[in-house]
Amino acid sequence: MGNKVLMKGTEAIGEAAVRADCQCFFGYPITPQTEVAAYMAKKMPKLGRAFVQAESEVAAINMVYGAAGTGVRCMTSSSSPGISLMAEGISYLAGAELPCLIINIVRGGPGLGSIQAAQSDYFQATKGGGHGDYNMPVFAPSSVQEMVDLIQDAFDVADLYRTPSMVMGDGMLGQMMEPVEFREREPRRLPEKDWAATGLLGRTKHNVINSLYLEPEELEQHNTRLQAKYKTIQENETRYELFHCDRENDLILVAYGTTSRICKNVIKAAEKDGIKLGLVRPITLWPFPDQAFEETVTRTKFGYLSVEMSAGQMVEDVRLAVNGRKPIDFYGRTGGMVPHPDDILARVKQMVLEGVSLWH
Amino acid sequence: MALTFEKTKGLTDVPTHYCPGCTHGIIHRLIAEVIEELGVLDKTIGVAPVGCAVLAYDYFSCDMFEASHGRAPAVATGIKRAKPDSVVFTYQGDGDLAAIGTAEVVHAATRGEKITTVFVNNAIYGMTGGQMAPTTLPGQVTETSPYGRDTQLAGFPIRVSEMISTLEGACYVERVSVDSVKNVLKTKKAIKKAFEYQLAGKGFSMVEVLSTCPTNWGLSPTEAMGWLRENMIPYYSLGVKKDIAGEVK
Repeated sequence: MGNKVLMKGTEAIGEAAVRADCQCFFGYPITPQTEVAAYMAKKMPKLGRAFVQAESEVAAINMVYGAAGTGVRCMTSSSSPGISLMAEGISYLAGAELPCLIINIVRGGPGLGSIQAAQSDYFQATKGGGHGDYNMPVFAPSSVQEMVDLIQDAFDVADLYRTPSMVMGDGMLGQMMEPVEFREREPRRLPEKDWAATGLLGRTKHNVINSLYLEPEELEQHNTRLQAKYKTIQENETRYELFHCDRENDLILVAYGTTSRICKNVIKAAEKDGIKLGLVRPITLWPFPDQAFEETVTRTKFGYLSVEMSAGQMVEDVRLAVNGRKPIDFYGRTGGMVPHPDDILARVKQMVLEGVSLWH
Repeated sequence: MALTFEKTKGLTDVPTHYCPGCTHGIIHRLIAEVIEELGVLDKTIGVAPVGCAVLAYDYFSCDMFEASHGRAPAVATGIKRAKPDSVVFTYQGDGDLAAIGTAEVVHAATRGEKITTVFVNNAIYGMTGGQMAPTTLPGQVTETSPYGRDTQLAGFPIRVSEMISTLEGACYVERVSVDSVKNVLKTKKAIKKAFEYQLAGKGFSMVEVLSTCPTNWGLSPTEAMGWLRENMIPYYSLGVKKDIAGEVK
């Protein structure tokens, strides 16, 4: 308790998952997160738990489907192209309502892209990715400490709502070393997994893990139930941080993960020029924190500036939340480039001092 | 009155959706009987494929999974690693296992996953309506090989059992057929042996069952049995392809 250790992001993910009682890890090597698998390969066998290096991300996510269906905590970890390969499996997990944790340490795309940090999987993570009407809780930590804390939360939310959940960082969070503390916490009250296919073990009726409903009426009912569940998740599990939003601001920045940390530095630097900035930091990307905008929309003179390491994928959600009440602008870098605080500040000044909006 | 026949407890009472004359029903029953006879119904978990047997999860009375197309061996791997004391089997057709799921079955076998795969080979895609499978024979007419499978354009049928038998992780591989009473009994014996090897923790076991598809072959059930004997068995030779017990001796 209270012991801080210096750890690399990817290894901290592994340790946090081990402490969250993850019983099985299935993965396939891909930069920049392979250290998660390496960490688990070292740890899991010593604890009598399972580590399997799969033949592909497709196989890895289906191994997760198998293990999750038996009711044990399990996970996989990958990076963008690997998550694309898992998309079908994630849809099956959502359809069969199986709890598990999926880590995505995002790298630049599209295609093989690069191995540098990016946030260009926002659409994929929050708008489906796989086929069908489903959502999945997506947690976006901004530090190694928060990543560690959110892994426990993501497992709990997965179990509580019978859903896959994702912790999405970027290559920078995965590779950086920061002090972390593994905090003992009160466990959340979680339901019995009486649906799990464990073998009958004395049960008279068999349990079936399935996402097939051939009758349209039945599939619609299933979807209606899923949508009701997603609404409950939206109501109960939305998370965000408001930074310097308890004042009248010239402009409010919107950023998550690594870019939110850069934005906090920009806010400090802007003070010297007499510009007041706030920050809305979504911690859950889905559900998106609409409420954060209700709380801040009257406290920003020039509206919002979404800062991302993508071509503006989060802007759509900001627009829906603000719903035309204030202008919304965007600054971003792509391809694995990280926004520089000076460039963000220059963009802020154009908006606040010159009233110039460059993005439509 | 003395009880002369009782349906195995390994099957549910749900009527199957299979076409008249289809051999899936026979193979389901053999697996279910083996599970019951080995006394492992309580700890068996089955994985159904995508294909004609997609609804197999309704027919087996043990706990079941429905996997995505071809991924049953990966799903089974996850199940077995999570619950090592369970008995895990996959039930897969030739499109599922030998086309889209080739990587999964090969790697489950080479890892020596302690699971049993029942591979039902009828040389055609059944559920989608009779398209060419990786196991379709040279010259065989299907919806997507309307002039007969041309090996210059569509390549050659895969002998899965022979391929899997080359892998160290596979402990028992046998090809059987359900075209006659004698062969049905042999099939049951092979399936039982495959489960026994799993129970003994020896590694990956697979039984390839040559079966018929009267509907998509355009033959009567009886003609289909004859077609299997005359065309499939010469290409897909019956017998044990690998048995590590034999090797040890």
